[in-house]
Amino acid sequence: MTLLKRGLSRRRVLQTGMAGIIGTGVAPLMFTKGAWAQEFCNNPTGDTVTIGLNVPLTGAYAEEGADELRAYELAVKHLNGEGDGGLLNVLQPSALKGNGVLGKKVAFVTSDSQTKADVARAGATRMIERDGALMITGGSSSGVAVAVQGLCQEMGVIFMAGLTHSNDTTGKDKKRYGFRHFFNAYQSGVALGPVLGQEYGKDRKAYHLTADYTWGWTQEESMKNATEALGWETVAAVRTPLGAGDFSQFLTPVLNSGADVLILNHYGNDMVNSLTQAVQFGMRDREVNGKQFQIVVPLFSELMAKGAGANIKGIFGTSNWHWNLQDAGTKAFTKSFGAEYGAPPSQAAHTCYVQTLLYADACERAGTFYPPEVIKALEGHDFDGMGNGPTTYRAEDHQCMKNVLVVRGTENPTSEYDVLEVVQEVSRDAVDYDPSIFGGDLGPAEPAPMC
Amino acid sequence: MFEAIFLQFLNGLDKGSAYALIALGLTLVFGTLGVVNFAHGALFMLGAFCAVLFRQLITLETVTLDPTQLSPWGAPLEVREPLVQSWFGDFGAVLVNYSVPFSILLTIPVMLVIGILFERGIIKHFYKRPHAEQILVTFGLAIVAQEIIKSIFGANPIPQPMPEEARGAADIGVWLGMQANVITYPIWRLVYFLFAGVIIGGVFAFLQFTTFGMVVRAGMADRETVGLLGINIDRRFTIMFGLAAVVAGIAGVMYTPLLPPNYHMGMDFLVLSFVVVVVGGMGSLPGAVAAGFLLGILQSFASMTQVKAIVPGIDQVIIYLVAVVILLVRPRGLMGRRGVMEA
Repeated sequence: MTLLKRGLSRRRVLQTGMAGIIGTGVAPLMFTKGAWAQEFCNNPTGDTVTIGLNVPLTGAYAEEGADELRAYELAVKHLNGEGDGGLLNVLQPSALKGNGVLGKKVAFVTSDSQTKADVARAGATRMIERDGALMITGGSSSGVAVAVQGLCQEMGVIFMAGLTHSNDTTGKDKKRYGFRHFFNAYQSGVALGPVLGQEYGKDRKAYHLTADYTWGWTQEESMKNATEALGWETVAAVRTPLGAGDFSQFLTPVLNSGADVLILNHYGNDMVNSLTQAVQFGMRDREVNGKQFQIVVPLFSELMAKGAGANIKGIFGTSNWHWNLQDAGTKAFTKSFGAEYGAPPSQAAHTCYVQTLLYADACERAGTFYPPEVIKALEGHDFDGMGNGPTTYRAEDHQCMKNVLVVRGTENPTSEYDVLEVVQEVSRDAVDYDPSIFGGDLGPAEPAPMC
Repeated sequence: MFEAIFLQFLNGLDKGSAYALIALGLTLVFGTLGVVNFAHGALFMLGAFCAVLFRQLITLETVTLDPTQLSPWGAPLEVREPLVQSWFGDFGAVLVNYSVPFSILLTIPVMLVIGILFERGIIKHFYKRPHAEQILVTFGLAIVAQEIIKSIFGANPIPQPMPEEARGAADIGVWLGMQANVITYPIWRLVYFLFAGVIIGGVFAFLQFTTFGMVVRAGMADRETVGLLGINIDRRFTIMFGLAAVVAGIAGVMYTPLLPPNYHMGMDFLVLSFVVVVVGGMGSLPGAVAAGFLLGILQSFASMTQVKAIVPGIDQVIIYLVAVVILLVRPRGLMGRRGVMEA
């Protein structure tokens, strides 16, 4: 009544109220695109969108890091409509147009993670806070991935993991803002176990040398589970420091341990060094328990295989992808990458390239860069054409479910790049598992106020 | 069990060889010039990269494109022909196979020059400065050397193949009358141990049996008196710095087949080598050698599964634990001299 006495008519009050309702409630539903302007971390306002590449250019995984960086640069080129388009031409379904992402050109900033979690976190923080990176991506260590993924969750920035193979990344340390295209240690064990049983029999004694951090631990556990299920005995599992260099002191005890299989849960330069030194110790020429001594490298990469040279011939392992697969996606990526850099891409390069495209595609499908909407677009997304067969970004743990390759060092290489041969393509159904077995909690999707 | 212990002993000798060689050079510099040289690890690394450079030079290739063969990405295949082999035939192939030992010929003059330049250019200006300043300047030198190597050769390790004949393992058990495959050990690691023995013996013989060495030893004992006798002891000490650089350099060269060299490999060895020198006794050459082998063997035994089952992680700290105990019992180290680094 007081308002009416001051000169406001009932009609005026109704008009104002209606305008308010429309303004605060209905309009956002009608104009979805751009509705979250300025409400999330590093919302791009200019004509470019910046992504942060956090890759190891020094340290034990530097080779992988350098190849990852090459792949990211190629992905950015293709997203911006340059080059031959690479996997943009074969991704199914795809919302990518080759004109950047949501009409904005893609730019990038880089940081050397040095394969160290603290350095990687500092680099990611700098790229987010100083350089305005909207998304962080990179590898190649699970210790680094878990650390950066946690940071990204706190800051409300999406993290598209590069090469990370620990069960923890999408297990106990999974995060709503973290996504992994690469396969994991559990899947390596499930895929490799039957092949090892078939090749080496069920009566074997295994000795593990394991990189002493999250990836090594889960790799060792997965391989133990897989080999013990075959009937193998685990003689010992010895942890080695990351970047140990000289593994001789860890290798000498293997010789008289009674073990007839050495499982090297090492990656990158560590694997090159430990395998080379194991061969120097004559392990591949030995007979133990009346059987030929064998070495197994559960996670293989082409770069490592090249570094280890002839030492890897005939050695079994697993891979996320390999450049000589014959599907259209693999051919397109190998052609594109080879033409650009004069060498075939590694699995590290492949997963990083694919992650960049998947993020861009999710933004296009969501119609916004707003992270909770992009997350929704990625969760449960089915796609094909990226070289791994039909793939699903599982909503429950953000793990890509796809085929896994069992590979072996090529016995008679036909070129310097012919270092691994695919022995078996294990179907995604065979390496599927219940996402709850590794625990963890994805956490909230709403952007944090920190950034 | 005997086999396991014997193998760990061999491994300890092999590790100790590297520690002893680096510690020997460090002690030479400290004993003659009184300088705590934190750039010594960098000299080990520079030597290793002499081997890398030598191999890169002798494996230079001509690249031609073969349009009849295509790479997986559709480009004409590159056909590479090694230049040295096409010039020198069989000798070229031998040169490539034995590139690591041959590269010592390049390493000796290069490291001698680098050592003398280090000493004359920078370190001589710090003789009368406190040890803390010497450490700072030599540490700075090491970082500069590292960054130069990183900018030229990159950050990644560069594998150096050992000669074909030295690949694989020697069956030491058979030599000792045991069954085959009971005690086997990599041939190159045995070569490295023997090489270290020759170098250490050579340095001791040089100091013990030559006039130059006698003057240097006299200078180490009493620099002023030797100077008063009209001997230019400074020049001899400069040469000793060059000699220490050569020892570190060739130790680095021969280590490359065991561990692909990278720009920070010197730093990885430096801390350990200082512990070796301190345990051996500052300024004592026999002490450095004895401590190198002792700590190498202890580290190796600490890595045995049976030992680690009792004390987990002992292999990572054994060297420092032993250093603490020895310094508590013998504050000057195993063979330290009275008055060295003491006020």
